[in-house]
Amino acid sequence: MTRLHIDWTRCDGHGACAELVPELLASDEWGFPLSRTGERDPEVPVSLEEHADHAVRSCPLMALRLV
Amino acid sequence: MTTMTLPDTRRLLGAEPMGTLPHLSPDTLLALADDAGLTGRGGAGFPTAIKVRAVTQGRRAPVVVGNAMEGEPLSFKDAVLLTRVPHLVVDGLAIVARALGAHEAVLAIGPEIDPAAATEAARSRGVQVAQLEGGFVAGQESALVNQLDGRPAIPGDPLVRVTTRGVDGRPTLVLNAETLAQLGLIARHGVAWFRGAGLPEDPGTSLFSISGSVAHPGVVEAPRGSILGDVLASAEPVHPVAVLVGGFHGAWVPATALDTRLTAHDLKPYGAAVGAGVLHVLGHDTCPIRMAAGIAGYLADESAAQCGPCINGLPRMADALERLADRVPDPGLPAEIDRMRLLVTGRGACAHPDGTARMVASTMRVFADHVSRHLAGHCEIEGGRR
Amino acid sequence: MNEALWALGRGTGVVALVMFTITLVLGIATHSGRSLGGLGRFGVADVHRTAALTGVGLIAVHVGSLLFDPFAQLRLVDVLFPFLGAYRPFWLGLGTLALDLLAVVTVVSLLRHRVGPTVFRAVHWLTYVLWPVAWLHSLGTGTDAGSVWMTGVAATCFAAVTAAVGWRLLPSYGERGRTRTPRKGL
Repeated sequence: MTRLHIDWTRCDGHGACAELVPELLASDEWGFPLSRTGERDPEVPVSLEEHADHAVRSCPLMALRLV
Repeated sequence: MTTMTLPDTRRLLGAEPMGTLPHLSPDTLLALADDAGLTGRGGAGFPTAIKVRAVTQGRRAPVVVGNAMEGEPLSFKDAVLLTRVPHLVVDGLAIVARALGAHEAVLAIGPEIDPAAATEAARSRGVQVAQLEGGFVAGQESALVNQLDGRPAIPGDPLVRVTTRGVDGRPTLVLNAETLAQLGLIARHGVAWFRGAGLPEDPGTSLFSISGSVAHPGVVEAPRGSILGDVLASAEPVHPVAVLVGGFHGAWVPATALDTRLTAHDLKPYGAAVGAGVLHVLGHDTCPIRMAAGIAGYLADESAAQCGPCINGLPRMADALERLADRVPDPGLPAEIDRMRLLVTGRGACAHPDGTARMVASTMRVFADHVSRHLAGHCEIEGGRR
Repeated sequence: MNEALWALGRGTGVVALVMFTITLVLGIATHSGRSLGGLGRFGVADVHRTAALTGVGLIAVHVGSLLFDPFAQLRLVDVLFPFLGAYRPFWLGLGTLALDLLAVVTVVSLLRHRVGPTVFRAVHWLTYVLWPVAWLHSLGTGTDAGSVWMTGVAATCFAAVTAAVGWRLLPSYGERGRTRTPRKGL
């Protein structure tokens, strides 16, 4: 099971992640990622793995990781 | 500082110094912690054996840290331990460090605790004493590790546990001062002795810091699973309205429920947990909304300020609670408080926002009648209509 | 053949300058956390990265073709060590310096998840040195230096970077994250 881990100590609310995997993440009113699945680190279904990977690479602060 | 104990429980506060320390193998230590069913006394209540096992999995020699940072303002049990019976904590730390072949053993003391007695006790046991900078979150496990490594005392990403990689990159075992004291006593007297008090599912004794509307604030040692009213008895509560169980990150138990047992199960309906044993009594002359607003404001200020939801959400939640305390006639306040509560929960590197949200939610629930009156402009404690 | 190599060398150099100009401007845009046009925030970051890697590819051809062109008199040592060249040593040396900086920035950027955000950010600041050095190099080297179209390209790139940096320095730039207003500063 792959999860999209958010490193909150790095996250600055840039928001590229929520654009790339909107099924998993929304942006709160301050720009920070809000998990849509109710889990801290949303589980990534196989169909979204490529987009989640894109999100990991797109975060300018490297605050995302697939674990 | 008063210390009191319930009958037959002068285990910690009445313990005599030990001579030679027993040398345990890692397996023996593990078995002791496991069989005794010891859980952490620092707030999280995590099974000690699991933590000990985790640091034996690494290749490098571990570091053992005694956590006496006591960042919670309402807690003073670790201060009492370190000034009255420091040998208990130091010996516990030394026994664990020796059993695990630790690279170093450090007793981390917060700025509000006088280190003299502990330093003296540590001298002959090969334990280093470090008096560190404080703050509410400075006692959090990874924040403590960061400070010991010379970095700012703020939490790290919990993905990599400190038991895997902590101080100096080594597997690090962080145990609360009281937990270490208990573990040292278990090594000395055995599992049966430890289980002689408390409950089968939550054995032993623990220390409770009692403050607020009481005649005799202080530290009480009581068996685990004691009744809340019994633990408070010797402190003599004065016109109690409710008890904040668990400190600033805790929850309220109304004075009508003082017969509640201090167990995870019995406290669950109140959203509370024993935590680090903080019991703060609210008297009838303090507005609970005002109190909660003050705590929330303090907690917002104490945020490590590195995670967005905490930085943005806690001050907003505290401000809304403050306006509610001020009886601002805004019917949207409860909803705003609730909205912020949900936005900060589960989002951040540590449990600081979650704990704050817990206390706020409990306040809004237990004192719902106060909330209604405030919205209508009344507070029977702070005055009449605005 | 030599003329072809020389043309290739010049052409790739000019286009690389344009690519790095786009890279720098979009890098500033990425850091702002805003989305440009219909690109989305992720799109801004993607195009920034694509432009950068395209520029790197072009520079590889640029240096390669010039190495093989006898007219350029470029030796292998000139590729790594600046200001030792035979042909216009100062302007060429700037190119070598830019290449050295580009190599460091590129390698660290490709390995950013390994080196961590602190090292990555520190090295990335070098791009503010890299761009002016590359731009100066393009002004003085080569047979197109001083020509109208080359001056025009250089001036346009300069204007774009100046505008972007100017925006960066404005209070309204609204950089993400650090404008979070904590109650107590850290």
